[in-house]
Amino acid sequence: MTALIEVDNVSKSFGGVVANNAIGLNVEQGSITGLIGPNGSGKTTLFNSIVGFHPIDSGSIRFEGREISNLRVPQIARLGMLRTFQQTRIFRKLNCVENMHAALSHRGGTFRSMFAKKSGQAEERAEGLLDFVGLYQKRKLRAGDLSFGQQKLLEFAMALMNEPKVLLLDEPTAGINPTLINGLIDRLRLANDRFGVTLFVIEHNMRVIMNLAEHIYCLAHGELLADGPPDALRNDQRVIDAYLGAH
Amino acid sequence: MTGKRLELPGYLLLAVFGVIAPLVFPAYVQQIAMLWIMIVFALTWDTMGGQMGYNSLGNIFFFGAGMYIAAVCQIWPWYDVGEYTDPSGSLTTSFTTDQYFLGLALGVVLAAIGSVVLAALFGLIVFGLRGPYFAIGTLGMAIAAGELIGAWDWIGGGGGIRLPVFPSGTDAEPLFRVPFGDIQSADLQGVFFYWTCFVLAVLTFLFLRWLYRTRFGLMLNAIRDDETKAEALGVRTQLYKTVAWSISAFFLGISGALFGNIIGFMEPLEVAFPTVTFGIFMVLMALLGGKGTLWGPVIGATLFHIIKEVTWTHLLGWQWVVLGLLIVVTVVFFQQGIVGWLQERRPEWFGIEVDRGTAGQRADAEAAEALEAALDDAGGPAREPVR
Repeated sequence: MTALIEVDNVSKSFGGVVANNAIGLNVEQGSITGLIGPNGSGKTTLFNSIVGFHPIDSGSIRFEGREISNLRVPQIARLGMLRTFQQTRIFRKLNCVENMHAALSHRGGTFRSMFAKKSGQAEERAEGLLDFVGLYQKRKLRAGDLSFGQQKLLEFAMALMNEPKVLLLDEPTAGINPTLINGLIDRLRLANDRFGVTLFVIEHNMRVIMNLAEHIYCLAHGELLADGPPDALRNDQRVIDAYLGAH
Repeated sequence: MTGKRLELPGYLLLAVFGVIAPLVFPAYVQQIAMLWIMIVFALTWDTMGGQMGYNSLGNIFFFGAGMYIAAVCQIWPWYDVGEYTDPSGSLTTSFTTDQYFLGLALGVVLAAIGSVVLAALFGLIVFGLRGPYFAIGTLGMAIAAGELIGAWDWIGGGGGIRLPVFPSGTDAEPLFRVPFGDIQSADLQGVFFYWTCFVLAVLTFLFLRWLYRTRFGLMLNAIRDDETKAEALGVRTQLYKTVAWSISAFFLGISGALFGNIIGFMEPLEVAFPTVTFGIFMVLMALLGGKGTLWGPVIGATLFHIIKEVTWTHLLGWQWVVLGLLIVVTVVFFQQGIVGWLQERRPEWFGIEVDRGTAGQRADAEAAEALEAALDDAGGPAREPVR
């Protein structure tokens, strides 16, 4: 396996607060990689750094071997690295199918393609993916009228519509009905397995992440505390201490 | 998107009215020509403010820019612009019919192109701003333009420019006899600009109608709903915003070129860059009719223009009070506008589906069921990929 994302010695401070300090990690091609840590440990900051939401102070981030730490969000997204948001973001006044159309990839688009009509092929794919996340019945509803959990599913479907190489998911199961969680985990696995999308997942729900990920990184106080397969991490005294506050 | 039931009668009504109005109401030709310009104002403002969510208070800048560009193009091929605009007025000028129409055609074309270039240039600066900062930034741009033009003597400074007089009498009459029938030569100018304004409004409407149905229209709405999300999906937001503004500027530039010639005189503050009248009207008209819809600006502009003309005629002295009241009532109590209100009351007319009375919890449970059902259908995780 080769590393799709290579984070090397990345630091990011906000004023006096060191949110990330010399973080180094790899996300392998085709893997499901987890990122855990207590609240405020710098997980979302690291995600933001990787997708180009803000510049980093030092270090290097490579995607498919290419340095991306100097690129901005849309450029990185067009390379095939997409993220979803902790506070779900969808286009509220558009209906679900329109949301899916809006999520179509902008890779290699020409000026003329900006003015293209919606293609029937895209419509089919959009409906197929909405069916995949169980939103087919709701496809003509405005996205803003959906429940939070459904919006989360829609955001996930939109990400798949974009055909990314890697998907960074920020707490995919946070705030959604527990009855939806098992279905969502299955969908994430399928996306990884069938569509070949590499997943990098921030998650607080230990049951979810231990089941899902092959390799997990744990942050605490902005530093990389430990990493390894789920079983190793579950029994790591440092990780237990970090979560229980002995640190 | 707008109600299909209402759309066809709407087209017919406007087309018939547009064609017969100058014949039935010859005394109001100029006011009705102004209505078409108002519709262009509201439609082009809505491209930015309604469809894309960028409330510009400075769109009037392109109206004034187009007006000045056209004026210079109409004069410059035949006279020295500096001498022509010299307030001492020592230069006597007269334009032949050919010179007039050649200059006007050149002026309209370059006003459109020039406004687009200006939109692309200023877009680089102001599209770094969002929300109220964008509104204030664009307002500042329009006000500054008015002041700067006022200090530029070559194009008349604060004294403005008299535009070439519309050719009348024997020279031009043969041109109009056939298309417009037997009309007085004094009315030729009014009728000529009536038709150009009407054609401009129709072209603007049809172009935007097409635009909103393409992927471009969808991306404008996406930027309105959540620009951060659009960027996260890889959308070239700066490009979309610049092109949208350029489209507004294109039609506004032409409207400015025509308006200057209707009035026959321009000066920077009241005519070319009237931020507190036309600049605000275009916002109000779009809001009144329903922003973010195709028909809303048309309806809003028509209603507003009628109210405005009626109060100017019958409530003189109170006209600003009435308009002020209209602004306050619209902004405070009626932000969704007429079409927006209709969409809420009768969503089925607009092809909008709403989920009536579904509580969040129940919706989640339904979604879970749908998910499980979908899984079962597909025989569990071994399901074939969807794409």
